[in-house]
Amino acid sequence: MRLVIAGVTARIEGTAIVSGVDLVAEPGSFVGLIGPNGSGKSTLLRTVYRSLRPSDGVVSLDGDDLWRMRARQAALRRAVVTQHGELSGEFSVAEVVAMGRAPHKGILERENSADRAVVEQSLERVGLAHAAERLFSTLSGGERQRALVARALAQEAPLLILDEPTNHLDVRAQLGLLDLVRSLGMTLLAALHDLDHAAAYCDHVIVLEKGRVRASGPPLEVLTPGFVAEVFGVRAHIGEHPITGRPHIAVASLT
Amino acid sequence: MAETVTAPPPAAPAGLAGRRGPHLVSGAMTWVLVAGLGVALVAVGIAAISIGSVNLPVGSVWRVIFAHLTGSASPDPLRDQIVWDLRAPRVLVAALVGAGLSAAGVALQALVRNPLADPYILGISSGASLGAVLVVSYGTATFAGVGVTGAAFGTALVSVIVVYVLAQRGGRLLDSRLVLAGVAVGYLCSAATSYVQLQVDPTELHGLMFWLMGSVAGATWSDLGVPAAVIAVCTLLLLLQGRNMNALMAGDDAAAGLGTSVQALRIGLLVVASLLTATSVSVVGGIGFVGLMVPHTARFLVGGDHRRVLPVATLLGAVFLVAVDIAARTADRPNELPIGIFTTGLGVPFFLWLLRRRAGGEG
Repeated sequence: MRLVIAGVTARIEGTAIVSGVDLVAEPGSFVGLIGPNGSGKSTLLRTVYRSLRPSDGVVSLDGDDLWRMRARQAALRRAVVTQHGELSGEFSVAEVVAMGRAPHKGILERENSADRAVVEQSLERVGLAHAAERLFSTLSGGERQRALVARALAQEAPLLILDEPTNHLDVRAQLGLLDLVRSLGMTLLAALHDLDHAAAYCDHVIVLEKGRVRASGPPLEVLTPGFVAEVFGVRAHIGEHPITGRPHIAVASLT
Repeated sequence: MAETVTAPPPAAPAGLAGRRGPHLVSGAMTWVLVAGLGVALVAVGIAAISIGSVNLPVGSVWRVIFAHLTGSASPDPLRDQIVWDLRAPRVLVAALVGAGLSAAGVALQALVRNPLADPYILGISSGASLGAVLVVSYGTATFAGVGVTGAAFGTALVSVIVVYVLAQRGGRLLDSRLVLAGVAVGYLCSAATSYVQLQVDPTELHGLMFWLMGSVAGATWSDLGVPAAVIAVCTLLLLLQGRNMNALMAGDDAAAGLGTSVQALRIGLLVVASLLTATSVSVVGGIGFVGLMVPHTARFLVGGDHRRVLPVATLLGAVFLVAVDIAARTADRPNELPIGIFTTGLGVPFFLWLLRRRAGGEG
């Protein structure tokens, strides 16, 4: 699934939070959306969730305008894991994952054995098969995020959008989640706040600053020490990770 | 230097592993529960008809109902009148309103993603009462052509929209603001209702007060048609939106991601909840906290899935209000107490318990 965001401007209460943003996620790639707090990452993603209509520009999936599809059609093409892994109400983990089947079902249709099989497989892929019958609210932060990834998997959409998926997770859960989504073979667009994660996991990064694209390209080409100092206000050391061999960014404060 | 040796913490209790599911009732058992509630509704309904100033044996109640349902001649004209004309309509009204208010509670709780929502707490009942009282008091002169239900719906919808707008900050609804906004709007509508009452002929005041406190007394068959239709249609519409209401529990963005048209759903829920509340209020006045207690009990039994919560809550609400009506009629014989006093007496402690539990940590 090829996601193209072309010249998108999005306003909240009249103020443009995102202005003229262009972004392409090629099929199968992991695109990282990075930028300081308030740079418009979440707002831009909302135009892809269809929860904030762009005032200008087009969001398209394989050439079809996302905002001209029916809500259900859009949900068959892209799944979403939002920043706050919140869910009110007493739902079991299996019930939460089964919500991902919604766009596949007619209004009167009930989940059948095929749907249940998809739910089971999704839970297995994220390593939560054992927790299927637990209450979602009793899961740890990392387990919740994995359950929400399983919900997205159950949706069987080729594109996955994630908004700071590693927020509030401990280090092990953070890396576990990124390894997991990377292994899914889906096209990924994720807002990330950790530059090291962006460098290690993304094929391509888009840097937003004050609602505009500041830079775009492979992480190591974009995230030079000078650029990181200018946009993020920190000193950066860029090198090879001593354990994994992947690109690694270590940061320190400017002073 | 003395060292205190602390005992190791006791071993954690055995985990939840091995439990079949987190809900008390799940899977096919839900429909057994629904059937059971249906049977309970018939049983409590028959009991409610047989109990009164004259207690009738259940057998004769059943014979009268059977005669009417089959169109055969009634065996006893006096009992026929008590059972069919006096008591059956009020029992049916209680059941309908119990179902309607419970469904309204489910819709509102989904709308604001908060189990503390209820038509009474959010001021919608007061809003509906104001519209209804205006029409009842000033009659057709001022509100020509607008029925009591229509006027109640209008003011209910306005009050729920005001509460909804006031309770937001940065696009998120806050618990504290929601309750405060509901209380404020409720007081404002109550004040306006009080003013209207002062304008009413003193001879009508007692009846109006009694109605405002919530009463199913005096219900007739002709009162049943409109609420039955409205409550049936609204509950059906909500049932069809069960999956979307579930998605809404994950937040607006996640719901949109799952293919729910969030804005359309919210508007629909607002309208349906207002319509259900207005219909209930225009028939029986202000009956509080049913929409809070019943859906919560239903979720406690079957979990959060709205496709199971709704049928269980509507039936449970019907059973509950018919039972409470029996209490309202028998607690202070031969006087009859407003049913709203009983639901509020049960509901307020329930509300406070729920509020404390939520304040003590999301669970």
